[in-house]
Amino acid sequence: MADQTLDAKGLNCPLPILKAKKTLKSMSSGETLQILSTDPGSVADFEAFCRQTGNELVSSSSEGDTYTFLIKVAA
Amino acid sequence: MTETDLENAKSMSIIVTKGSLDWAYPPFILGTTAAAMDIKVTMFFTFYGLPLLLKKLDLQMTAFGNAAMKMPMMGMHMGMPNIVNMIPGVDAGATKMMKNMMAQKGVASIEDLREASVDLDIRMIACQMTMDLFEYDTKDMIDGIELGGAATYMETASNSEINLFI
Repeated sequence: MADQTLDAKGLNCPLPILKAKKTLKSMSSGETLQILSTDPGSVADFEAFCRQTGNELVSSSSEGDTYTFLIKVAA
Repeated sequence: MTETDLENAKSMSIIVTKGSLDWAYPPFILGTTAAAMDIKVTMFFTFYGLPLLLKKLDLQMTAFGNAAMKMPMMGMHMGMPNIVNMIPGVDAGATKMMKNMMAQKGVASIEDLREASVDLDIRMIACQMTMDLFEYDTKDMIDGIELGGAATYMETASNSEINLFI
């Protein structure tokens, strides 16, 4: 189970990223954040976000209209 | 700092020259996203971009002269002939339509993105020359902005890997 969950469903670019960043900022290293999104663009965007920030994209999956991402806060 | 951070450490500057509802989006979207990706961001507001720093925003847009602007309508995309834009109230209607569409599709408002810019510590510089030219006063503008000119911008730009003019 993730340490925190962020529901970004219904939000469009760049809000899922901005909200994720805000939440990640308040978390400690090693903790995990689960993000739910309905924005198809967020799949590529969370990959790029994690590559740039050094946070780990543990998993990225989709079911129906919902995309789920699990990000582990960088050490 | 990890090695990855060092490799990716970047800074970006954006010259913001346009203040209509549609043109206000690219600089604020890229600025906030870059800052969220640990890129140091400076935004320089000049000419028609300067009013984006006013406390009270009242952004408008027009389809006039914008042949590429097609709005989704009944499953199609429709442009607006320039002559229609001459009718009073058409721009206000188009602005309202765009704002409704944005809210419906979960697109952030410019007010929200600007607030995020402040939260993300984006450095915002108001062009002093434009302040004088169009008679704006810092007391009508949001807190935390700096005043500066071309040299202030150029110093920042020369230290940034990414420099955009929007």
